[in-house]
Amino acid sequence: MDKISIGHHISHQFNVALEDVRNRVLAMGGLVEQQLADAIRALALGDTHLAENVITGDYKINAAEVAIDDECVQILARRQPAASDLRLIIAIIKTITDLERIGDEAERIARMTINLAKAGGSDNRAPYYHIERLGDQVKHMLHDALDAFARMDAEAAVAVWREDRKADQEYGDITRQLITLMMADSQAIPKALDILWSARALERIGDRSRNICEYVIYLVHGKDVRHTSIEHMEKEVLDQRGN
Amino acid sequence: MTSKEGTLPFQFMADSGTPSSAAAAALPPAQVGGQETASVVEVANPKMAIEELNFFYGKYRALESINMQVAEKRVTAFIGPSGCGKSTVLRCFNRIFELYPDQRATGKILLDGANVLDKRQDLNMLRAKIGMVFQKPTPFPMSIYDNITFGIRLYERLSRSEMADRVEWALTKAALWNEVKDKLKQGGGRLSGGQQQRLCIARAIAVKPEVLLLDEPASALDPISTAHIEELIDELKSDYTIVIVTHNMQQAARVSDYTAFMYLGRLIEFDYTNTIFTNPRRKETEDYITGRYG
Repeated sequence: MDKISIGHHISHQFNVALEDVRNRVLAMGGLVEQQLADAIRALALGDTHLAENVITGDYKINAAEVAIDDECVQILARRQPAASDLRLIIAIIKTITDLERIGDEAERIARMTINLAKAGGSDNRAPYYHIERLGDQVKHMLHDALDAFARMDAEAAVAVWREDRKADQEYGDITRQLITLMMADSQAIPKALDILWSARALERIGDRSRNICEYVIYLVHGKDVRHTSIEHMEKEVLDQRGN
Repeated sequence: MTSKEGTLPFQFMADSGTPSSAAAAALPPAQVGGQETASVVEVANPKMAIEELNFFYGKYRALESINMQVAEKRVTAFIGPSGCGKSTVLRCFNRIFELYPDQRATGKILLDGANVLDKRQDLNMLRAKIGMVFQKPTPFPMSIYDNITFGIRLYERLSRSEMADRVEWALTKAALWNEVKDKLKQGGGRLSGGQQQRLCIARAIAVKPEVLLLDEPASALDPISTAHIEELIDELKSDYTIVIVTHNMQQAARVSDYTAFMYLGRLIEFDYTNTIFTNPRRKETEDYITGRYG
């Protein structure tokens, strides 16, 4: 079947409603991206002021989730969407849940930043370098996942999904490095743990971006690829392209 | 007119000489939907098989090469815009179209392997096997009790007590017994619209058909009566093969196991209802069920 579009309904109001809810998701995505970028920057630079801003800014993401959920409920109740329209609404409801959680993870990282600053003392900057790298990776994953959602591009979604392996690898590296650090210096354990939690939060953001990619594939092709292999996912997407 | 045709609702015959054909006649039948073949799934346990079914109102070809199966003891829904031929397909199943001159069907409709359209097919027996309920409730102008017994008497000789049992059985099956058991002698026309429609369903199942055809059975009813009819359809499918034509897509989504989408005389897509309403294969289907213009 042709690429899906959300317009062209006989009901103009329905077009407007779907377009509006989709735009709100993208706006919420932008907000989450900003929060994540700020949280990573705050952590890398030890900027507690920026970290405070991230913590106080989380309410905006929560409010967006509630508002979009409400709009989706209205559309379900009033329009009883079917086929691609139904899949769009389901994908949105799931996507914003993951976006909201990504916002929470950003907030968690910000709190770690403040903890680390409070702990004071000398600092081994080596782990931060890796954290920044992991942060960059998941920032890109989130951005590309949202881009795939905006363009309803299943192939792009598969590409992003594949990126998650790298993030997992980076997270593994950080873990090993921190364990070594902790074994060498028991005084550093509290701080090392905070850094580890931050790395963990970033790794989870990668997973959640991957979830969003799975919703994009569902939205575009109507195939539920959760809990399957990358090979299966690629096959589903390629089969659809062949049709 | 054969005896079985006497059980047809009079109103239907007066009303619908050429159902939906006025709209259909204005449309060119040929290149609709392109020359692509329909997307049709095989059903697990077919009760009926439709092969190369064509239908003509005079020279106008209203159905083009329909091929599909109807699953036993499942609900199959036909959806599509006005004039797409969905009611016409239903009217072929029990050859009710033969009441009108100038209407003919070609191809095969196999019911348990026997061709319904075969001229040697006994129409009375056919219509005893394939019951039909129409859009408007059409109780006969007689008592509730006699409405039910009318059809039975054409096929079976039952004792008075057997007949009473059968009436109770049919009305119970149609979820009407509790509402009418104390007024069986009352005229059927005095019931509410929803009750009248359930009376018609009771009348149709009283002769113990194998297949039940429902042509827009709830479109003249309020939401509560509609819910009763839909609940009834769900219960009846454990005993009967049910085919329903409906304008109401949500209704098809609610009650059916399989859905056939028709457009301008062609079958475009036939699949599990779950698939049709979440991930249809054909763009025409997608456009119709999501309310888009093509």
